[in-house]
Amino acid sequence: MHDMSAHAVGHGAPTSFIRKHVFSIDHKVIGKQYYALALVAAVVGMFLSWLMRIHLGWGSFAIPGLHLLSSSGAPGDVMTPEYYLQLMTMHGTIMVFFVLTTAPFAAFGNFFLPIQTGAEDMPFPHFNMMSFWVTFVAFMVMVAAFFVPDGPSLGGWTQYAPLSAIGAVGGPGQGWGVVFWAASIGIFCIGQLLGSLNFITTTLDMRCKGMSLMRLPISAWGWFITSVMGLTAFAVLMPACILLILDHVAGTSFFVPTGLVIGDHVLPHSGGSTLLWQHLFWFFGHPEVYIAIVPGMGIVSHVLITNMRRPMLSHRVLIYSMAALAVLSYMVYGHHMFVSGMNPVSSLAFSFPTLVITIPSTIIVLIWLGSLYGSKLRINSASLFSLGFVSMFISGGVSGFFLAQPSLDIMLHATYFVVGHFHLVMGVAAMFGIFAGTYFWFPKMTGRMMSETLGKAHFILSFIGAYCIFMPFHYLGIAGNVRRYQAFTDDYLIPLVPVHKFITIAALVTGFAQLIFIYNLIYSRFKGAHAPNDNPWQGTSLEWSTATPPPHNNFGATMPIVYHDPYQYSVEGAAADYIMQTSTEKVHSPDEEK
Amino acid sequence: MATTIHEPPKIDLDRLPGDGSGNGWRNLVPSDGDMRLVKDSSPPPASTGIWVGLAAITMTFAAFTSALVVRQGNSTDWHHFTLPPILYFNSLIIIASSVTLDMARRRMAAFMSSAKSQAGAPAGLLYVTLALGLVFVAGQTWAWLQLKSQGFGLASNISYSFFYVLTVTHAVHVLGGLGGLVRVIWKLNNLGLKRSTLNATSLYWHFMGALWLYLLLLLWMKL
Repeated sequence: MHDMSAHAVGHGAPTSFIRKHVFSIDHKVIGKQYYALALVAAVVGMFLSWLMRIHLGWGSFAIPGLHLLSSSGAPGDVMTPEYYLQLMTMHGTIMVFFVLTTAPFAAFGNFFLPIQTGAEDMPFPHFNMMSFWVTFVAFMVMVAAFFVPDGPSLGGWTQYAPLSAIGAVGGPGQGWGVVFWAASIGIFCIGQLLGSLNFITTTLDMRCKGMSLMRLPISAWGWFITSVMGLTAFAVLMPACILLILDHVAGTSFFVPTGLVIGDHVLPHSGGSTLLWQHLFWFFGHPEVYIAIVPGMGIVSHVLITNMRRPMLSHRVLIYSMAALAVLSYMVYGHHMFVSGMNPVSSLAFSFPTLVITIPSTIIVLIWLGSLYGSKLRINSASLFSLGFVSMFISGGVSGFFLAQPSLDIMLHATYFVVGHFHLVMGVAAMFGIFAGTYFWFPKMTGRMMSETLGKAHFILSFIGAYCIFMPFHYLGIAGNVRRYQAFTDDYLIPLVPVHKFITIAALVTGFAQLIFIYNLIYSRFKGAHAPNDNPWQGTSLEWSTATPPPHNNFGATMPIVYHDPYQYSVEGAAADYIMQTSTEKVHSPDEEK
Repeated sequence: MATTIHEPPKIDLDRLPGDGSGNGWRNLVPSDGDMRLVKDSSPPPASTGIWVGLAAITMTFAAFTSALVVRQGNSTDWHHFTLPPILYFNSLIIIASSVTLDMARRRMAAFMSSAKSQAGAPAGLLYVTLALGLVFVAGQTWAWLQLKSQGFGLASNISYSFFYVLTVTHAVHVLGGLGGLVRVIWKLNNLGLKRSTLNATSLYWHFMGALWLYLLLLLWMKL
């Protein structure tokens, strides 16, 4: 270890409560703050999905107390069709932005990226603090939309124009609800840009001695690749939100076409392009899918390797494939617009890279499966959720093959098939990545262990429950069940209602199963067994070579020097079945053997 | 299969480049014991950070540009108008500010390398740059007021909408640059200025100038 006492972290350890726990510039505290925010957002988002599912199964059922949320949206505790759409919009928005982006990327990345790179902190800690608090404000603004007149927007998380741009005449929540939505997302973009700035610079400039890029763990690569995507994607969504707000509050006509008649009135806007919004949104929107999933890929790879006690079949190919996903994600966004009336040649142009992007995805899956084959995987909560991630990613990804083809997508686009696809491949898979990371890194973050018994029960119920919820969606979609409907009254849809009831029951049970996780999380935080040592999983990367929880500057008086690749497991002749990156132990070099 | 066992590398801190602590350097210490020190002149984070920030700003204005091109292409109501002449004066001002800032940066570099012992001259040029930046923002404000007085507001026509959005967004970024200049001057006066901070601020400011020239060309061609 290299004596760095004379070069301690750039900022001293805070002493006041406010600077230590609230406005902290310590990346570890900021990571925990992001995690807490994501947890609250996940509970809110899941609660909204319960309300929606109950309504879809039993439309006339009065949900006790619902009128307290909105007297006009739920008179007599039965939600109106418009309020269903408003809840759907908020569910999608909160889950995509404040859970799937925040937890795997901002929360775990903030806590562990500097440690895994061997850095004392992020290079711009004040920007990092601003990143969280800006995101927090964005969440508050989003939730505040519930309390403005007419409530939140009903336009869906994609906020397609012209509905999103015409103001209150578009329906409940399309006035101030949309303004709050766009303002919140615009603010959120600023927070993620500040975060991405820190992540990229940390990875490129803050690595400790000996830490070459290829010696970074796959999880660190996941966060780095995601931060590059975040930097470019959120920088495009933010101006789109600005233009949307201006259409509302300043009377501009970026997205509203000429002669649009709403309620027998011709709107005063002219010449706007409705497709312009879709282009700007999906240029962000498709990379956002990978912003949600690539950190999970990195996390579960890291967890699986530690529990397999051997590296992946190819460290480099896995990283290159994740990077290929990032690059290709910008070339495929048009596949979300196959039904927009675009030129068939354009459809072909977007269809081709969409099929190509399945290649790196398939390579990643094959590396996981090939590495798992024959391994003596340690079964614990973290590894189980990692396996669950792989399963969900495959199941959800396979349906992507169908949707990549315009001729099939035109049939399936507006159905529950798409809902099942993206919930499995992006939603549940990413959630499983979050769970895997939580069970795996909890000892390092808190110094205590989570209950394995509760963790395994949580996994079994979540795994079965998620499939019970989302696999039937594919069947519903193939049967022609249109999405975004609040009731199914057409003749051909009525026979499908029992399936919806089954899904609702599964969603309620699976949702309640998450209480096991929350209980485990809170109980273990304060009453859980103490971690037996600083490295309870016998990991090799830098987070396991420092104290638990890590000190203010991550490594104390001596900063690490890295001698080894990140995953030296089952090395022949080694004292143990693993060699830590900081170890000076003699090592077999496979390259030399060749 | 032959097995090769290597001795672990031994680190001689005295051999590390830089100031001996290794700050600002990464040394790839191969696990095979070869003590070749691969010198990687990692720049200070501010240098990388500013490029990352400029990439984000570039993406933002690229999005605005594509929106303008798409919106104009679909438009039958696009109102062409003549740009306020003061914009050309403002362009000269921001170019001049880049020149003065670069002169200040060069003098500062000479001062920091002890070639010169006076810090006063660079500070004066920094104040001139700051003043020119303020004149630029004032000039932009004048242009907005001039259009407004002619009855052309943000929602008068989509061409005016884009004019205001692009110029105001750019001006906000310029104000950020002015904040950076104030910070540089403050640090210089308190003897805490790092060269990387000055270089990053300079780069940002030059980028703002180049971005403005691009926007002026875009507006001149499209509006």
